[in-house]
Amino acid sequence: MPKSATVRIDQTRCIGSGQCVLAAPDVFDQSDDDGLGLVLISEPPAELLPGVRDAVDRCPAGVVSLEE
Amino acid sequence: MTEAAVCPVPHDNRVHPLGPPAGFEDAISNGPVRMRWPNGVEGWIFSSYAGVRKVLSDKRFSANRDGAPAMRTEGEPVLDSSQPGNMNAMDGEEHLRLRRPLSRGFMVKRMAEMRPRIQQIVDEHLDAMERQGAPADLVASLCLPVPSLVIADLLGVPPEHQELFQATAKQMLGKNGSKVEYEALAAQLGEVIAKVVAEKKASGDTSDMIGLMVNETDFDQEELMLLAIGLLVAGHETTSNFFGLFTLTLFERPDQLEILQRDPSRADVIVEELMRYTIGRLGGAGIQRKALEDVEVDGVTVKAGEWAVISLHANLDEELCPHAGELDLERKAVSHLGFGFGPHQCLGANLARTELQILLQSLFTRFPNIRPAVPVTEMTFREDMITYGASAIPVVW
Ligand code: HEM
Repeated sequence: MPKSATVRIDQTRCIGSGQCVLAAPDVFDQSDDDGLGLVLISEPPAELLPGVRDAVDRCPAGVVSLEE
Repeated sequence: MTEAAVCPVPHDNRVHPLGPPAGFEDAISNGPVRMRWPNGVEGWIFSSYAGVRKVLSDKRFSANRDGAPAMRTEGEPVLDSSQPGNMNAMDGEEHLRLRRPLSRGFMVKRMAEMRPRIQQIVDEHLDAMERQGAPADLVASLCLPVPSLVIADLLGVPPEHQELFQATAKQMLGKNGSKVEYEALAAQLGEVIAKVVAEKKASGDTSDMIGLMVNETDFDQEELMLLAIGLLVAGHETTSNFFGLFTLTLFERPDQLEILQRDPSRADVIVEELMRYTIGRLGGAGIQRKALEDVEVDGVTVKAGEWAVISLHANLDEELCPHAGELDLERKAVSHLGFGFGPHQCLGANLARTELQILLQSLFTRFPNIRPAVPVTEMTFREDMITYGASAIPVVW
């Protein structure tokens, strides 16, 4: 088994910009209740990681993290 | 680093209408510089990709603009930081309280749902352009009306007040806009909005932004009105100007226009590159923050109380992407700063993106031979607004 990577969003500071959804639509969504970011796949497979790294870089509030 | 000489900030005298103010690129070429604005206030200008991201996202910088460097040379500012709905000048929790409830209205999937409606508005305006025949003014026939109808729709405000939105925007965003005139127009607009607010209260509807604010937030009446006016104004001027600037950029570069026309389905990526390049090339230094404590940025210390002003020339920094100074519509989307960065990053970015994508695709598919009727250097540009753009773009096809 390859080591898994974990994705998180710190919802307390998320501004709901949706940048993570644009960067990695398979991994992130926005909540219908408040528009804030949601992690759909918290341990994404390797092929989705480039998009997740892009989301980490693009997040204007700096609340998306990836622990590899 | 030794204390740099303070020189006046170059402005209003672009050598080319799509390029930076004369002398600006030289002034910033060696990193951060201190400049003095027409209102006499000094600020550090940052223009590196990393430096700009730091200024816009570090909590030690405040967005409160009281006493900021300004182009304004007369009268008092139209909006001041103490206004209740002015989220753009707020920090921390106070800012999040106003901003977060609005994010639901601009969700990526919400914007996808709006596509058919935006397409319909764009098509109607292209039909009208065709019926009236060439030459046409692209600004009056497409750039301005489309975003203003779209934002009215999103908010839930009747579209027949378009001219009022535009007049209000002109005073609010004008460099020397009149506070008295702004307040008179805002009061008129306020009446229009108050009616919508009352209707939403009665119906409990949350399907548009005003409905959402009325029925699902704790905003008081004054905040709600100012937020609604702010969105109406912010929502059309910028998008309109940038669509005009994008078409002018493409008119100058038939090789790049051909890339769009070859595969209009890439409009999403193409909009990001046009945005990165067009905004970077204009280079203007506009967005400001005040240091709350001493902060080191790009090798200089911004002392507590000093102003840091960012130049979006940072979009042309090689740190962002290779050959960053060139427009390359084949490039994959990069994380440009056209919508800002940090907690104040443009609330309407996803809407603006969607509109710009549909506008670009539709205009150049419908009128494949569209071209400017006069050279871009002979067109007039609005230097009197915070939001820069062409006043008119005469085109033939
Ligand atoms: C091409 C079009 C647009 C561009 C280039 C643009 C650019 C920007 C930038 C750079 C900022 C950050 C300002 C700062 O850091 O102080 C901003 C903020 C903002 N924009 Fe836009 N914008 C555009 C369209 C829109 C639209 C369509 C809307 C509304 C529907 C909008 C609403 C806002 C609001 C409310 C803010 C303040 C956000 C905050 O302070 O948290 N913008 N915009």
